[in-house]
Amino acid sequence: MFKTKREPLFHLVKRIDVSKKYAWAVRIGAFLLSILVCAAISSLLTDKSIGFFFKYLFNGTFGTKRTIWNLFHETAILLLVSIAVTPCFKMKFWNIGGEGQILMGALGCSVALVFMGGKSSDGATIVVSLILAFVFGIAWAVIPAFFKARWNTNETLLTLMMNYIAVCLVNYFIKSVASSSTGTLTFKDGLVEPIGGNQFILFIIVSVVLTVLMWVYLKYSKHGYELTVVGESENTSRYVGINNKLVIIRTLILCGALCGLIGFLLVSGVNHSLGDATVEGRGFTGLLISWLAHFNPLAMGLTSFLFVFIDNGASQVSNYARLGASYPKVMTGIFFLFIIATEFFINYKIVFKKMKLKEISSNGDKDIDKEVKEPQENDIDIPKDDNNAQEGITEMIIKEKI
Amino acid sequence: MKKKLIVLLLVVALVGLLAVSVVGCKEKDEFKIGLICLHDENSTYDKNFIDALKATQAKYGLTDEQVLIVTGVPEGDACYQEAAKLADAGCDIIFADSFGHEDYMIQAAEEYPDVQFCHATGTKAHTEDLPNYANAFANIYEGRYLAGVAAGMKLNEMIADEEITTAEAKMGYIGAYTYAEVISGYTSFYLGAKSVCPTVTMDVTFTGSWYDETAERNSAIDLIENRDCVLISQHADSWGAPNACEERDIPNVSYNGSTESACPDTFIISSRIDWSPYYEYVIEQVQAGNPVAHDWVGTLENGGVKLTDLGATAPAEGTAAKIADEKAKLIAGTTKVFDTATFTVAGETLTTYMADVNSDAAFTPDTEAIADGYFQESVFRSAPYFDLSIDGITRLNAMF
Repeated sequence: MFKTKREPLFHLVKRIDVSKKYAWAVRIGAFLLSILVCAAISSLLTDKSIGFFFKYLFNGTFGTKRTIWNLFHETAILLLVSIAVTPCFKMKFWNIGGEGQILMGALGCSVALVFMGGKSSDGATIVVSLILAFVFGIAWAVIPAFFKARWNTNETLLTLMMNYIAVCLVNYFIKSVASSSTGTLTFKDGLVEPIGGNQFILFIIVSVVLTVLMWVYLKYSKHGYELTVVGESENTSRYVGINNKLVIIRTLILCGALCGLIGFLLVSGVNHSLGDATVEGRGFTGLLISWLAHFNPLAMGLTSFLFVFIDNGASQVSNYARLGASYPKVMTGIFFLFIIATEFFINYKIVFKKMKLKEISSNGDKDIDKEVKEPQENDIDIPKDDNNAQEGITEMIIKEKI
Repeated sequence: MKKKLIVLLLVVALVGLLAVSVVGCKEKDEFKIGLICLHDENSTYDKNFIDALKATQAKYGLTDEQVLIVTGVPEGDACYQEAAKLADAGCDIIFADSFGHEDYMIQAAEEYPDVQFCHATGTKAHTEDLPNYANAFANIYEGRYLAGVAAGMKLNEMIADEEITTAEAKMGYIGAYTYAEVISGYTSFYLGAKSVCPTVTMDVTFTGSWYDETAERNSAIDLIENRDCVLISQHADSWGAPNACEERDIPNVSYNGSTESACPDTFIISSRIDWSPYYEYVIEQVQAGNPVAHDWVGTLENGGVKLTDLGATAPAEGTAAKIADEKAKLIAGTTKVFDTATFTVAGETLTTYMADVNSDAAFTPDTEAIADGYFQESVFRSAPYFDLSIDGITRLNAMF
């Protein structure tokens, strides 16, 4: 080794063989720390105490029966959104159009409700609205998939732009069926009835069932294997005889169908109304959840829960301390910041000048020159770049990577 | 996988334990009020509700724990959830401020018959006929009419100073939606201006949003630069339009509150609804155990309709006296804002008009609104239903 430049005070080394125990300890530590930071910031910037913060954080989440149901209901919605976009991400198809796909599902459902609600039987209306929600959701997911498969267009831009088209279509539809409305359509007939009088349970059941199914689909089915291979390396997948175009389109149909289902449930089961803000940004939050959980459906459940816990709790703090509507967003922002930073510390360690000598002696020469190359990309990437594609696939299939 | 599950379970158990300890603290049984807002104080519309509630709170000496303000509640199931949570927290009265909250407030009102639910701008209380659900609005068209008088005075001053000719007296107006509340508002503003400046015309553009700072700003710039408007007013909740006017030195008539702090050179006047008389009315009715009227209308007389102080530099001379004069006439009933003698629709004087007062899915017109020579706005229900297109006002777009 010849030194040609001055050595920095510290540098970053990629960790090899991160133990699951360590990773989870860091994650849980980060969550707790983020709550403490939220509490500290809140009490420093307002005249309320840390005790006040915690009192209403829990009061807003576990305070009453309703807040508890609400907590799990919101978690279920967010989880289902993350589940819906996960197969695309696992295939490295950067579908950031979840919001628009769900909104289109909501629109499809609403079309049926407007033209059939109160005129046909409720059962028929529900079936047709579900079918239309599927069709609309799938259409919005398959269009970018087709363009990607056929002409290799950039799916990130296309799916993003299609969100805005969906918003415009929804507004156009509302305006054309109810000219004097202020941007929201409400429905009275042909809606999904709450199960046993509990309006929350339906979403929770659907969400749990689909989460388990998605976990099985991704981990044990041939489809799940194929889409992982396509995501890992298109050349490899072609080599082993996988039809890439088919896999891309098939996966996006699945994603679109799930988004359509969410749109249907939001309109018919939850809101009983349609507006351009029906999805409330969950399509985008769901992406983050999916990423942070490393596309593991079960981990997504936990991440969604923690997110909703902070969001609902912070809303309650905000209500009682009169901090405004932005406060919960700041708090969830802190939470995300910590969790994302966590991934960095799980994958890299900071090596200071002195420490480095020890590292060299224990690890050999391997780490010396491995300074961080674009940590932003690496720290959230599951398959390690240094492995070759084939190894990466095997690794992913054999043991599930966290 | 096993370990992950264990960790997950542990976290849930921990959180659950902490929760149980919190649930133990039961809410005290004291008088409580809740307010559900679509946005927060950054929106002038919501700020108007919040400020009035804070004033009412101070008047009755209530604590912050007794007056809960929930902000950022979308017009969906979330509104019902928040209303139910407030009812669970022991609120005796729950207000909501946005039009789209109505169905969810009704849903909550049906579930909590002991709690009084009050919804501003809503239209369904008189048809739903629930004992604990009420609508409220204000005759803000009277306030806008007076603000329009101030605008007309300013135009007259510009004509007298030979800055513009009588034919160039054109105002611009930025509205949110082509909805009766907005139409009623800009028409009364126009009629106020026309009462002092007979040649005035007005262009109206719509943004399709109650709060879109960029769109409101760009609409104002468009009206000023491309449509030759010499005075701007708006019915949308951001400061986009007033700020654009200040930058271009174009006089502005504001809404929901004074914008003088940011626009000292161009601010003329602002009309607003003061909700404190309504809060006080409901609180007193509920505390006395009396029913709350299905429709309550704020007026110049009961303090529900307010005008801010005039701006320091922009208003024309004599505006204050003229407004006081017109205000007295409105209160006395000698001036009617929607007097059919003062406007025409497609060249004709209006003798009959069926308005859509009772809400239904098809927006069927159901009530004769012209009587005694004027349009009976906010008489059959509190929320506005004047939605005519009168001569002299040009709608540039009507897509929203």
